[in-house]
Amino acid sequence: MPNHAKRASLLSVLFMGLGQLYNRQVIKGLILMLIGAVGLTASIMYLFENIQGLITLGDTPRVQIREPGKATIAIEGDNSIYMLVNGLVSLIALLLYVILYVLNIRDSYVVGKRRMNGLKVNTFEQTMHYVLDRHFAYLILFVPFIVALFLNILPLIFNISLAFTNYARPVLPPGNLLDWVGFETFKNLVTLKTWSRTFYGVFTWTIIWAVLSTATTFIGGILVAVLINQREIKLKRVWRTLLIIPFAIPNLVSLLVFRNMLNTEFGPINQYLSYFGLGQLPWLTDPTMARITVIGVNMWLGIPLIMILVSGILTTIPRDMYESAEVDGATKWQLFRHLTMPMVMFSTAPILIMQFAGNINNFNVIFLLTDGNPIVTGYQYAGATDLLVTWLYKLTLTNQQYNFSAVIGIIIFVMVATLSIYNYRKTRSYREDDIIQ
Amino acid sequence: MKPRVLLSYVIIILLVCMSVYPALWIVMSSFKVGNSLYSESLIPDALTLDHYKDLFTSKKHSYANWYGNTLFIATMSTIIGSFLTLLGSYAMARFRFYGRKQSLMVMLVLNMFPGFMAMIALFILLYQLDLLNNHWALILVYSSGAFVTNVFVAKGFYDTIPRSLDEAARIDGASHFTIFYRIILPLSTPMLTYISLVVFSGAWVDFIFARLILRSQDKITLAVGLYNMVNQRNSTEFTLFAAGAVLLSIPVFVLYFWLQKYLVEGLTAGASKG
Repeated sequence: MPNHAKRASLLSVLFMGLGQLYNRQVIKGLILMLIGAVGLTASIMYLFENIQGLITLGDTPRVQIREPGKATIAIEGDNSIYMLVNGLVSLIALLLYVILYVLNIRDSYVVGKRRMNGLKVNTFEQTMHYVLDRHFAYLILFVPFIVALFLNILPLIFNISLAFTNYARPVLPPGNLLDWVGFETFKNLVTLKTWSRTFYGVFTWTIIWAVLSTATTFIGGILVAVLINQREIKLKRVWRTLLIIPFAIPNLVSLLVFRNMLNTEFGPINQYLSYFGLGQLPWLTDPTMARITVIGVNMWLGIPLIMILVSGILTTIPRDMYESAEVDGATKWQLFRHLTMPMVMFSTAPILIMQFAGNINNFNVIFLLTDGNPIVTGYQYAGATDLLVTWLYKLTLTNQQYNFSAVIGIIIFVMVATLSIYNYRKTRSYREDDIIQ
Repeated sequence: MKPRVLLSYVIIILLVCMSVYPALWIVMSSFKVGNSLYSESLIPDALTLDHYKDLFTSKKHSYANWYGNTLFIATMSTIIGSFLTLLGSYAMARFRFYGRKQSLMVMLVLNMFPGFMAMIALFILLYQLDLLNNHWALILVYSSGAFVTNVFVAKGFYDTIPRSLDEAARIDGASHFTIFYRIILPLSTPMLTYISLVVFSGAWVDFIFARLILRSQDKITLAVGLYNMVNQRNSTEFTLFAAGAVLLSIPVFVLYFWLQKYLVEGLTAGASKG
């Protein structure tokens, strides 16, 4: 008996689908051959050129020709951004193609083996049935996978690779060519005086902001929940409903409203203050004051959610625990400190860490309230309340410093990733899941 | 009444005033005569509906158009985003297949990058490809974003549905499609409600990416339009903005109050179950 497995897999190595044809799986073989042919043509036509483009990022600059008496004519050269994108897409396509090729060889081998064992070869219909039954997960994952690949993963890789180029004004395609510069942008961020000053300033404020905004909303939320949950307080539901109103108003609206309410000259808050003869406060225009204001406004936004969560937890703490503690002579404060707090913290610790990570990236509050302003002299494209994430936005959109913004994105990633991984290792789905370990 | 209780009531009432005041102020401003930020008192002397009328009749802002755009974008994103999340999380939670662990890890890592790093990259790409000012670009980005951020919440939810349920159906000869459609889908309602709500309200109020992508007045969404209203002209159209903001908030406000239970459940699920 001939060695079907060996022959079929060798044929499949030679060209996609040949092994399947040898195994008399005609439709499957033809489909694979078609894919193979398309892949091969695409490789010959584009792949090498694109990957070479990814390495060089273009070598023909745009040329301006000025002839006397005529308008300037530009002859287009290479566009580094296109080349970068095409190169990345080609790499991903190549990867998928290689995976498919390996699967194709493996398939011919397995089917060949079955034939050698005297088993029948599946018809196309049976194959389809088998896929539906055994590989259902791949089938339903296909669409989400493609979407995530092209709309999340590819853009991210693209942006990360920008960190290693010199893509920043005045070097902008298509007028200029980009080059790979390695870790130079990272180095510049910490060594160039103007950049490092801004970076350390914004970085420190980001940390202070994340700690304070998380702590204030958490402590505030717990206190409000405990306050309402006291036995003697009537109409608990009414109070809670009124207090979660901030949670239900879209952030965009409430933040723009606050921005106007705190307007130094015309805002109602300052109007009341001057009415009582207290003068006008520079809520959003003085650096220190603006920082305090954003934290205050963030409390208004964040406390309701924590209050709802904690109220839910409070109802699950058994009443008799409090009663027996009271019998033993515990004061209200001791009850709160040694009974309520541990119970609440136990259930909300993961949310606390998530909120902290979220606050590092809290774009809306800063951008809508202050735009990152007031301006600080000596800062490179940043203001007093700018977080890393709003600075990143400004660097890209208003100042076209793409490489610096990509570096900052990577730094934020490292901060958030450290927290998330720590948090994720503690979650139930991590501990209980049988695959992820 | 004991002093402690009295003090508690005082604090609670003070807190209620603080949390209600901004909302009340914006609603009152939207009924105020004139267009300025400045007002004598919280409740204006004369009330008017002109600003609401202006929103829909004025030539300068095509508010009705913005509302339509936003509704279209938010609805499509919700449908596509929930669909992707449903499929992806179901596969991740129920099946054990080669590459599952790696996929989950990739998802986790994707979540750790600042959300709009990918957005900015997409912006550069769309800009270079001349595809800006297109609603579908936004819809695709919101949907894929919804998938990546919610897949763990949804997976956590599916992990809690006993697997014996599917196994029993398998023994009775049901195919995967039947199980998904007849058993899993009906059980997913709380999770689907949460995800649709989050995706819908996210798309409804997002202005960051919408502002990047949408360039012409007839294409922009409510959030972008409102942001421009107060940002560009230095608050000279404040009462108009107030009316617009009230109309923007109403759908989200109603949904949040109505579906509050699901929201809180979803948020805690995301945190404690991963």
